[in-house]
Amino acid sequence: MATRKKKVDAVIVGYGWTGAIMAKTLTDAGLSVVALERGPARDTSRDFEYPRVADELRYGVRGELWQPLAKETVTIRHGVGDVAVPYRKYGSFVLGNGVGGAGVHWNGQLWRASPEDLRLRSHYEERYGKAFIPDEMTIQDYPVSFEELEPHFDHFEKVCGVSGTAGNLRGVIKTGGNPFEGPRSDDFPSPALPPVYAAQLFDKAAAQMGYSPFPQPAANSSRAYTNPYGVRMGPCNMCGYCELFGCFMYSKASPQTTIHPILRDRAQLEVRTGAHVTRILRDNTGTIATGVLYIDESGHEVEQPADIVVLCAFQMHNVRLLLLSGIGEPYDPSTGNGVVGKNYAYQMCSLTNAFFDEDVNINPFIGAGAAGLRVVDDFNSDHFDHSDQGFVGGSLIFAGGTGGRPIEQMMLPPGAPAWGVGWKSAARKHYLHTAPVGTQGSVMSYRDSYLSLDPTYRDSYGHPLLRITFDWHDNEYRMAAFSSQRAEEIVRAMEPETYSTFLMKPGDHYDVRIYQSTHTTGGAIMGKSRFDSVINRYSQSWDVPNLFVMGASAFPQNMGYNPTGLVAALAYFASDQIRTAYLRSPGRLVDA
Amino acid sequence: MIDTLTRRSFLAGAAAAAATLTAACAGSSSDGSARINRAYDPAYFTADEWAFIVAAVDRLIPASEEGPGGIQSGVAEFIDRQMESPYGYGAFAYMSGPFLTDLPPSLGYQLRYTPREMYRSGIAAADAAAHRSYSARFSDLAIDRQDEFLRSLETGAITLEGPPAEAFFEQLLRNTKEGYFADPMYGGNRHMGAWKMIGFPGARADFTDWMDQQGRHYPYGPVSVNGSKDR
Repeated sequence: MATRKKKVDAVIVGYGWTGAIMAKTLTDAGLSVVALERGPARDTSRDFEYPRVADELRYGVRGELWQPLAKETVTIRHGVGDVAVPYRKYGSFVLGNGVGGAGVHWNGQLWRASPEDLRLRSHYEERYGKAFIPDEMTIQDYPVSFEELEPHFDHFEKVCGVSGTAGNLRGVIKTGGNPFEGPRSDDFPSPALPPVYAAQLFDKAAAQMGYSPFPQPAANSSRAYTNPYGVRMGPCNMCGYCELFGCFMYSKASPQTTIHPILRDRAQLEVRTGAHVTRILRDNTGTIATGVLYIDESGHEVEQPADIVVLCAFQMHNVRLLLLSGIGEPYDPSTGNGVVGKNYAYQMCSLTNAFFDEDVNINPFIGAGAAGLRVVDDFNSDHFDHSDQGFVGGSLIFAGGTGGRPIEQMMLPPGAPAWGVGWKSAARKHYLHTAPVGTQGSVMSYRDSYLSLDPTYRDSYGHPLLRITFDWHDNEYRMAAFSSQRAEEIVRAMEPETYSTFLMKPGDHYDVRIYQSTHTTGGAIMGKSRFDSVINRYSQSWDVPNLFVMGASAFPQNMGYNPTGLVAALAYFASDQIRTAYLRSPGRLVDA
Repeated sequence: MIDTLTRRSFLAGAAAAAATLTAACAGSSSDGSARINRAYDPAYFTADEWAFIVAAVDRLIPASEEGPGGIQSGVAEFIDRQMESPYGYGAFAYMSGPFLTDLPPSLGYQLRYTPREMYRSGIAAADAAAHRSYSARFSDLAIDRQDEFLRSLETGAITLEGPPAEAFFEQLLRNTKEGYFADPMYGGNRHMGAWKMIGFPGARADFTDWMDQQGRHYPYGPVSVNGSKDR
């Protein structure tokens, strides 16, 4: 029998970025809030201190900050008819864990969506005709526009102290920024940091070719900065321990460095760690959530009643909780009916390493997760004419590294021995002199790419694991080949001694062993009606109106940009509506 | 969490203490590697297994003019200590069955072996295979033969009566490189020799002064997490 806790106004499941945003919004409105986080409490002063954090083995290889797969993982298969097997060791993506979630170990690459990304199907149909989109591609428009989200993109950039250079300020194209971005109402709150050397070489080559390279928008503050909540951040020192690590400099924006300090003393907010939510509870009509059930650190089952339930866990976990709770109709790929689990998508990336002579000091150990990188956005979204390309979507092309940690970030030319004297020699020769240039591309949604519960494998509490059914499609092979060719042209203009490219080619299956991207999306997508989506434009469940679902699970398809900016903007957009409309008159915010 | 931290801190402390001890016994001369190995008493590996590990690490990263070898760097000790850590017991991997085989390799690791089990079964099977081919255990082979044998594990040209040869080799090579390049507190990368060889400054983690002079040679040697700049 579960212990029943005192009822609160709202319960938040998962205390990462969106959990912090919702905790702030709801407590601002005077609500009593409990936030449940299944991982441990974590903060800069205890957990990310220098020099302890400068330890590649502990954080970058063993994954101290990652979700322990031993307790819960996902299963993966390529096709609808295949048997899925567990993701037993980390590879393709890295799941966050603990207070701050993946917002602790992320890189801080903070993007807005391009305006056309948010009305993708309409945009492509209007520009290229309906026949341009393959039948099996299940992409759809977001039910919210760039213009509606812009104030929230802007606000989150200010919360994070983002460093960057504006490219489109209120419709005026600015030199040095991204000319393809949607019009921004304000400049970035901090100036960009100088490019690392690899990025300098890239910047010069790309500009020579007529492209528009610009600084990667970086949630790595370039200066002492106070955010709109009065929280102070410090300047990034390009330590090289950014992605996969917590920031000891208070420079990388995380929930801890930007929002938690103002929530700490709020009496109406209680954060419980080690609380593993297993189910969303509903009343006997099935249309009202009454709270959640969780297992606490000592293994006891606890019921937390609440008037509002907000799912703020990672994309995959949100979807799994909906499926475990039986909320919404699970998606069926054979009929196309059902919505929960629908439109799982990912990103397709390529990497070209440029190997230089020993007199070119790339110094890869100097780097931040985002600051110091340079990007070309000419071939992303619909920033170029797709008429003759035969694919939907595109990629960022970026240069510069996030660090030169030698276990995981050693890059050697093809043909270099994997061990022995020859390997040593290659490592010594190339370590300081190799520049990475990558592409990060969109992946569309398809009829056969979806999430469901696994029939065989279970977590340590006995609940079914989430099953991912996913493989690459022709559209993405073409998109990545095109993007990678553009990247290689820039690399050639950088004049390295040699270069090599890693790229998925037609026939290559999705390979879970290789880290590619943690930008997994979909499964609880937003849309115009209960028949095409799980949530409405305010992230509210169509089936259970006092249930809200945050995160990239809302994306109907994926884009070439990193998701956090859009995830946060959607959360702020929803929280405004919850405050101004829902709390006054609880119920459906959009007619189903 | 607390358990893990405490255990790790303890292990890190033990590793540092042992490294100091062996370094003191062996001196820091480049030919001290054999004596360093005698001074270290493996916690997990049996004497036969230890002989295999030492021989394999010595071939995977041999000593050369360009930098220290794996044995000199303490990589064998590193691997042994890792076997006693939660990692060695498979604590970081999902280890529930069923374990399906005959799947595309792109679906990832699907074996039932924890790192400890992988080495225990893998070494026994590899030595048995070496015996079949050369009538000697791996560590007693001439180095050319050792290289040839390691290549046949790497490519799966031989079949082990235990884990797949490629999987065993992958585990061995991965842990060897980890030990070579990880912070010295874990027992490998002794005197930060591997970092010095490639020019990685270790835990310096502050490049404010290099932001405006990117592209210039970085002149400062490595520091370790424990603050050592080495001598």
